Parts: sequence; structure tokens; C-alpha cells
Amino acid sequence: MKNINAMLNCTKLVTLNHIVHNGGLYKRPFNEAFEETPMLVAVLTYVGYGVLTLFGYLRDFMRQWKIEKCQNATEREEQKDFVPLYQDFENFYNRNLYMRIRDSWNRPICSVPGAKVDMMERVSHDYNWTFTYTGRVIKDIINMGSYNYLGFAQKAGTCQEAAAKVLSQYGAGVCSTRQEMGNLDKHEELEKLVARFLGVESAMAYGMGFATNSMNIPALVGKGCLILSDELNHASLVLGARLSGATIRIFKHNNMQSLEKLLKDAIVHGQPRTRRPWKKILILVEGIYSMEGSIVRLPEVIALKKKYKSYLYLDEAHSIGALGPSGRGVVEYFGLSPEDVDVMMGTFTKSFGAAGGYIGGKKELIDYLRTYSHSAVYATSLSPPVVEQIITSMKCIMGEDGTNVGKARVQQLAENTRYFRRRLKEMGFIIYGNEDSPVVPLMLYMPAKIGAFGREMLKRNIGVVVVGFPATPIIESRARFCLSAAHTKEMLDTALKEINEVGDLLQLKYSRHRLVPLLDRPFDETTYEETED
Amino acid sequence: WESFLPSQVLVQPVQLICLYAPAYHLILEGILILWIIRLLFSKTYKLQERSDLTPKEKEELIEEWQPEPLVPPVPKDHPALNYNVVSGPPTHIITVNGKECINFASFNFLGLLDNEKVKSAAQASLKKYGVGTCGPRGFYGTFDVHLELEERLAKFMRTEEAIIYSYGFATIASAIPAYSKRGDIVFVDEAACFAIQKGLQASRSNIKLFKHNDMADLERLLKEQETEDQKNPRKARVTRRFIVVEGLYMNTGDVCPLPELIKLKYKYKVRIFLEESLSFGVLGEHGRGITEHFGINIDDIDLISANMENSLASIGGFCCGRSFIIDHQRLSGQGYCFSASLPPLLAAAAIEALNIMEDNPDIFQTLRAKCERIHELLQGISGLKVVGESFSPALHLQLEESCGSRENDVKLLKRVVDYCMNSGIALTQARYLEKEEKCLPPPRTRTGQICIELDCCLGFLFPQIIRMSVLHYSDFTLDIQVLPLMALKPDWVTGLFQYGTNAVRGRMLNFGTGE
Repeated sequence: MKNINAMLNCTKLVTLNHIVHNGGLYKRPFNEAFEETPMLVAVLTYVGYGVLTLFGYLRDFMRQWKIEKCQNATEREEQKDFVPLYQDFENFYNRNLYMRIRDSWNRPICSVPGAKVDMMERVSHDYNWTFTYTGRVIKDIINMGSYNYLGFAQKAGTCQEAAAKVLSQYGAGVCSTRQEMGNLDKHEELEKLVARFLGVESAMAYGMGFATNSMNIPALVGKGCLILSDELNHASLVLGARLSGATIRIFKHNNMQSLEKLLKDAIVHGQPRTRRPWKKILILVEGIYSMEGSIVRLPEVIALKKKYKSYLYLDEAHSIGALGPSGRGVVEYFGLSPEDVDVMMGTFTKSFGAAGGYIGGKKELIDYLRTYSHSAVYATSLSPPVVEQIITSMKCIMGEDGTNVGKARVQQLAENTRYFRRRLKEMGFIIYGNEDSPVVPLMLYMPAKIGAFGREMLKRNIGVVVVGFPATPIIESRARFCLSAAHTKEMLDTALKEINEVGDLLQLKYSRHRLVPLLDRPFDETTYEETED
Repeated sequence: WESFLPSQVLVQPVQLICLYAPAYHLILEGILILWIIRLLFSKTYKLQERSDLTPKEKEELIEEWQPEPLVPPVPKDHPALNYNVVSGPPTHIITVNGKECINFASFNFLGLLDNEKVKSAAQASLKKYGVGTCGPRGFYGTFDVHLELEERLAKFMRTEEAIIYSYGFATIASAIPAYSKRGDIVFVDEAACFAIQKGLQASRSNIKLFKHNDMADLERLLKEQETEDQKNPRKARVTRRFIVVEGLYMNTGDVCPLPELIKLKYKYKVRIFLEESLSFGVLGEHGRGITEHFGINIDDIDLISANMENSLASIGGFCCGRSFIIDHQRLSGQGYCFSASLPPLLAAAAIEALNIMEDNPDIFQTLRAKCERIHELLQGISGLKVVGESFSPALHLQLEESCGSRENDVKLLKRVVDYCMNSGIALTQARYLEKEEKCLPPPRTRTGQICIELDCCLGFLFPQIIRMSVLHYSDFTLDIQVLPLMALKPDWVTGLFQYGTNAVRGRMLNFGTGE
């Protein structure tokens, strides 16, 4: 009861906040909710981990006394007297918890990762220590796991034909770096197109999305600079920040008060010990957070950034293509100008069905990166057929291929997102994140339910992603669905039906808010109201 | 038992004191007690409180603060600003900035980039899987081709297991921090490539540099550590130690003395990580790299990492070794866990390239012979010296003497490279981030030596052009560095040679009449 009230207050606060406080900033309703974990569930989750840990110790004890066979790979005999490569407690979690549900990850597929996917059947005869492939293929699994937002993961179509042509002309690799002999005409073409797509002066493309962050942030900031990073930023941003040598401070997820306080304190107090003013301040945020399904409060971030003269680095890995009326990402979603974002970063892996990453921004920025980016100097450039896939898919989204296909896909994704999220909420699941985010986390909480949910869904021919600690806080294990424009209504309905069934089976319907369907209004134009049950 | 009641215990002495003590004494004590209580409850004295800023002052400070620009301006004539534009495929003959050249500048050692078999394998994969994988390995980004490639690489290298990454640079840069953590010690050759440097930085370990290929220096450091360990055996028991070396050094073109390293490994109980991007698919009878070259049991190396972007002419990288070690990266290798997996068509291309390497082991001899030939032919150019092993597929040419500053050297070498390009030979200057490299300063780069990387092959032509370029700029005191490679088919070599000599003749005519 107390929780419900707290939750309701919280939601009200959020709503009030954006209406009253930021009324001028947001041009559209910003509905984002993180329902509080019910107390009983939280307690049971901790108990679950406790039991697992106890059993872990028991089994480790049995392994030590050779009562249970130890399946771990072991050190070479010759090197037994070396310092152990792994600390024992590091592996405790893997050995005793992860190993129980390991079959829910790394499932090998053998088809294009589209809306439906074929999976190689595998079995384990030793409780997930090893897998054997039966040779059978599980056909037509509905794929709710891949980041195929716009459905460009296809094996046939204009993009693939174009890529095939480039492949036969150029070959697969490049064998050189951008600064040496690996700057192909295709790369130049791609970068001009990306700049046009984003509405920025210039852009540069890199071979790997992860490395785009980790190799470029060090080129932008260094010692004497401050990085303000969202607590839930992706590992690549964290690594890049760490490699840069700048001071890093963390603000609460999407919490503008926390960000403002840090900004104010940083400028007022300067660097610790030396008391010199900071050289520059860089704010690192993501467009859509891939584990929370939340969308960054970009209008407020930009207002703060301007007020405190800092720079903004926006990682659009999940939002580019997936948000905004024409797929231009989170900047377009809020109706803002790309000029207000200093560094526009994104990847080609997700919406474009290719690989690699980009950075867009002012010409001076890109020129600087061309000369000083670690990636341009030391890493092999993008593979030509991959480049071609990006070019064709991007042109399709922009409508430059002469069709409406791209735009229709963006709309389809938005519709699918609203529909799917709403239906799940109606069923009574706790769903995190923004109502427009195609990343949909469904809370499972208890460790045993992670594996159970993954397995039960696969039994019903639906492929889902489940995540637990350490990717999430220890009690907030969840399943994650990624919607795609390629999902048809029938597929979504099938998936929803199965999720509903499994939800009942595993008792996952934790939510204590009941949605009141607003039948007189179409679901995509309004927000829902919450009432106490 | 009543006498033990606390009230009685307390009350009795107080009553006694009140009865026998003088009044002024009681008053004084009362004041003292009150004062102690006040002291206990008063706020602790804080320095900051005195310097607290008013909101207005804070605002003024914020108003006052002027940050540096996000990036400093880049001079318009910065040598790295205008990339060479390669139109069409980057194979043996390439079009650089509109000019057709013989390519000595890319790492396509085995000529597999435009191999038809490789291309058709990649095509077949494209038809089946499309281009992207749309997910990391954990979340439906593992394809059957990835598993096959890992198995094939492990088999090829004769190790228990292999793991693939989607980016060559990220391979060793992720592998090192997966094992070496804060407090661990890494002994690393100071000429180590940039990817290793970044991996070490990410690991936050204690880094000890030893002089390039100097085993005595390494042993000195190991001994120092040993004495240190004896002082603090408890800490020593949990401090992991690693040696990180390259098989064939990217920055210098020479090989690491692996047999000695192995001896040191067992003597001082240090693990060895070996980066083989340049030596994999090049050295050894079957192209297995430096371990095969020296005839060393591959199990003596704890981890081998290489990229698939050179010999295999694909994209990505791999690590191989014993399962005990490699498997750990599947949960701890950042570039593995958090990045989308390798596009299947590139994995298929790598598998086909492995097939070709397994079916034609003599290509490695051909490559070696070509490297040695070029190495020999490049000797004795005045002003230039060839650095590195004779069998290295990348030759560094460097100035025998620096002409003063690093900047001038770069300019001079650029003119040589430009001259060669005009003569139909594409070379490249090895690029470095000078500022960044300093974090692990290799004296070679520090003294301002610049390399021209030559992905070279063909015999005479190439030295001739270099000689001519030296001749052409004889007003400078000049020395340069180069590196060679191979063209696979003999008819290619003759064809290119013909083509090249014609180009040279053409240039010579121009040279005689003009300029």
C-alpha cells in the first residue's frame, strides 16, 4: 500500500514536472515509468540469491572433496605453481549461478536475424557445462531479441543486392587503415550521406560501434577535463571515459537535478586539490538506454548544457532509426536541432542491419577526429559490402530510393512499440521505460525466473533476451524484448499470448497498477491514466 | 537484591555528595557538566563553512567560467587531414587519388583480398544471412559460421579453443584487461603496438616497460620484482604477472626472442601474452606464426591474439589458447560481450581464407622468399636504411640520419612517398599519434624516425624508384625506411613488373626533360 502510494506520487511528480516545470521544453508528452519493486518480491528475490549462494558453497565443498565431479577447465600441470589466473570468488558466480541458466544465452542461430529466425537445437547432458548440437534446426522462432529495429536484417532485397555487387567488386576486407591506404571512395560516400542524414556538417564512420566510443572519447577529452556520465551508460562509453584520463563523475539515471548539481559544483569548485577550473566538461548520455528502455531527457540536458557551457556527447546506438517521425533519432523525436548536440554518435549495427559506428558534428570536430582518432590511425576501416548495406538502408529511410518503404518502416516500428508495450502493461507486468522506446524490459526479479522464462518462451517458439546480474542491479533481473518494423501484428499477438501464458505460469504479473483502457481514444495519441486498484 | 537496583546504585552516591560537598563545589561541577554537554552536542567546526559561497557568488563563478573549445583547430595543411582516396578495390593495382599504382601499402600479405574463392564464400553467406548480425554474441548474435570459424581457427593453430572479435583492434585491447586487473603486473616491450597500449591502460595494472627485445633488461625487471615479492609474500601470492610481446613488431619489423622468453616465463612464473597480427599467416611453415617459426610448443604461450585483417584479408580478430584461459573472455572480454558480433559474410571469408592457407602451405615460402628478396634489394640505398627482419612482410625504411626535427623528417618522407606515388608505386607513411604514443615511449619513434610502410613485393622496380626519389631530393641529407609484402601469383609479378617498369621509364623521361 505504501509502495503504491509512493509509486503513484512518483508518477504524478514526473507528470507534473514535465508539464509545470519543463512545459516549454517538451513538445510531446514524456511518459516514462519505473514501477517500484514490490516489497515481498524484493525480499523473495534476496532469499532466492541466498539459497543459490548456500547451495553454491555446498557444491564447491563437494567438489573440493571430490564427491561431485568438477567440470571446470583447469590450469596446465606445468603452471600449477603460477599465481592463479582467476580469483576463486570471481568464478563462484559463474560456476554456481550462471552455469545453471547458461542455456538462455549464446543460442546459435543459422538464418538471417529477421523477425523470424532459425535456431540450432542444442542439448546439454552435464547441466550446461558443455553443449552438443543435435543437428536439428528449430524453425521460425519469433525473434524478440535482435536489435533489428527497422527490419533491415534481410537476406534479399535492394540492400543485399547492392552489398553483393560491392562485395564482388571490392572483396570483403580492406587490409589497411583510414590514414594509410584504406580510405575507399565508398567510405567517403558513406560519410557524406551520414552527415546529410543527421543534418550535421560532417561525419566519420568507424569499423565497430563499441570502439567508436572507446577510441574517440580519449581524443576529445583528457587530463584536466571532466566527464559527467549517466550511471547506466553502456560499457563502451565507460571504457572510453576511463581511457581518456579525464575525471569521471556519475549522475543518477536520467536525473536532471543530479546532473545540474554536478555541473554547478564542478564549475564552482573546479578541479579537486589544484582548484584550477576544469578545461571542459563533457556530458555523456545515450538516446535510448538498452537495459531500461528509457529515453534521455534531451531537452533538459541541452538546456543544462547551454546554461553551464558544457559539451554534449549523445550515443544514439539504439535510437538512431528507431525514434523520430523519419527515423533521425532522439533529436528529431523531441523536435530539437542537431546543432545543439556537440557529438552525435551512433551505430550501424542496429537499425541499419550492418556493422560499425559513426560520429557526426561540426566540421572542426570531424577534422580533428580524422587526424587524432585512434581508430583512424590504427584500426582497419569498414568492410566495403558492409558500407554498401549502410548506404542503401540509409537512403531507404531517407526516401532517396524513390519509395516510401523506409518511412513506412519507421511508422510501423512506432506503432508496434506502442501496441506491444500497452498490451503488456494491461496484462499486469511491470514494464520499464518510455512508452515510445522499442526496447521493452519486462521485470522478472527472481533469479530462478530468468532461466525459466527464457526456456518457457523458447519452448513456445519465441526467442527472448533475459538479463540478470551483473548487467542489471542484483534484484532487477528482467527479460527484454526488442521490437522491429518487421514484426507483423500476428507475430506480436502470438508473442503476447505466449508471454501472457508464461507470465501466469511463472507468476510474473507483479504490477499493482491497473490500466484503464481509454477506448474512446486511439492508443497512440494519448497517455494512459493510472488508478489504484 | 534490592540494593543492586540501578536507581539505588546511582542515587546513593549522589545523595552522599550532596550531603558532604560544599555548595560552590556543586555549582562549579554543575557548570562543568553543562559545558561538557554543550561541547558534545555543538556542531563540529568546519573549514568549508567559512568559505561557503552565496548563491549569487556561485552564479558569478558559473558566468565567469569559459571552457576550452571541444577540439582545438586543426591546421588546414595537416598531413593527416586529407586522406588518400582509393577508388575501387584495394588490391594489387589500386587507384589512389585517381592515379593507378602498384599497391605496396596494404597488409594484404597473401593476396586473399581479391581471391575469387573467398569472395564467393562471402557471397554465399550474404545470401543466407544478410549483412549485419543485429546483436552481440549473447543475444542471438551467435551464428553457426562464428562457431565454425572459432573451431577452424583453434584447429589451425592447434590450440584447444579460439574466440573471435568483430574488430581487430579490440581483440588484444579487450583480452588484456580481461585477465590483468588493478594491482597486477605487466611486463611489456616498449615497442608494443597501440592496441596493446590501450589494453594495458584499460587494465589499470602496474606496467613495467623493458627495452625493445632486450631480454637482459626484462630479466632485470623480473629480478627486481622477485626481491619485491620476497618482502611481501602475501601480496605476491595474489599478484598476477604477465609478459606482453608481439610476434613480429608492427612498429619495428623484427621478431621477439620467443625461446628466451619461454625460459624466463618458467623461471619467474610469468604468463606470456603474444600479439601475432603481423606474424599470423606469415611466419612458419604452415603460417601458424612465431611459435611455428621457432618450433615452440604453442601450449607454452598462455594467450595468442591476432587480427584477421592482414593475412586473412577479412575483418575482426581472434584469441586462441587453452580453454581454461580463452573461455574466460566469453564473459569478461568487453569487446566480445558488449559489441555486435562479426558480420557472417566476413566470418565466411575468413573461413575460406583459412581453407586456402591449409591447402597451399607453400604460399608461406613464396611470401618469405619475396620478402627476403626485397629486403636484400633495398640494401645500400644511400640515405635510407631498411629496418627489421629480412622475412618480415612489412618493411620499414627509415632515414639513416634525421634531418633535425621530426616534422622535417615527416615532410621529407612524404615527398619521397609522393614521388613514388607519381611513379606508380603506392607506399605509405606509417602513421602514429605522436602525443598518445608517448604514454609508452618507444625510443624509435621518440628520436623522430618515421617509417614508410611498403606493402611491397616486386623485386627491382621498387628499390629503383626509391633510389630515384633519393636522387631527386639529393639536396636533402636523406634516409628512409620501407617495408615489403608479396604478390601471390608469378604471372602477376611479371605483369606488374612490366607495368611498373613502363611507368618508371615514363617517369624517367619526364625526369630528364622536366623538373
